[in-house]
Amino acid sequence: MSEATGGIEMEEDSSGKIKKFLYVNRKAPYGTIYALESLEVVLITAAFDQDVSLAFIDDGVYQVVKGQHTKGIDVKNFSPTYRALEGYDIEKLYVEKESMETRGLKESDFIVPVKVISAQEMGDLMLTQDVILSF
Amino acid sequence: MMKFGILVNEGPYTHQASDTAYLFAKAAIEKGHKIHRVFFYHDGVYNSSRLTEPPTDDRHIVNRWQKLGKDHHIDLVVCVAAALRRGIKDENLLEGFRISGLGQLVESGIQSDRLVVFGD
Repeated sequence: MSEATGGIEMEEDSSGKIKKFLYVNRKAPYGTIYALESLEVVLITAAFDQDVSLAFIDDGVYQVVKGQHTKGIDVKNFSPTYRALEGYDIEKLYVEKESMETRGLKESDFIVPVKVISAQEMGDLMLTQDVILSF
Repeated sequence: MMKFGILVNEGPYTHQASDTAYLFAKAAIEKGHKIHRVFFYHDGVYNSSRLTEPPTDDRHIVNRWQKLGKDHHIDLVVCVAAALRRGIKDENLLEGFRISGLGQLVESGIQSDRLVVFGD
């Protein structure tokens, strides 16, 4: 997704500081643009060599569900991008168990390998982070 | 003294997010903290349009950000990808704001003590 930078050359932080960034995705993939634009920030953060994790809670769990078909709403299906994250060394993806189960989903429904953790564990994970961006 | 970065994810007037972010920034400055950058993303980019004309008896959210930025040397950055999607360009950008890449948001997260997100 090269358009994420809008073609502007990035001024990478030269301090070499590595922080833990957690992206909290709370909204369904379509209906609003939050999920797509969140993913754009995630990809940029990887370019800055930061320690990136993604969390999916509430309707955000639908972002990583397999078999998305968006032709009928004339919106680009961007879910394959989640599979490309591995290539950016982004491999820490967490799905909140309660959100998943409330929506009748199971671990095999996801397009990428995710770690399913409880709301309590999600809270503990957040405590270990330096920067939390919620979309 | 803490160094804050701020992320505004909603446009003016529809959501309270931009108002709350502004009031937070103002309060933090009054307490002696530093706001080094405000990054406008998603519909938040509309907070920079110089075409904004609210009724005269209402707060002017866009001009208010401009003044705060000027008075306290805050870097007001509008995301280029989000802006182009929504028709915000240099032509209609208010003076005091600048358009740049998402890297500026990540950098703000790295350099500030806290990055505070205001959104829906």
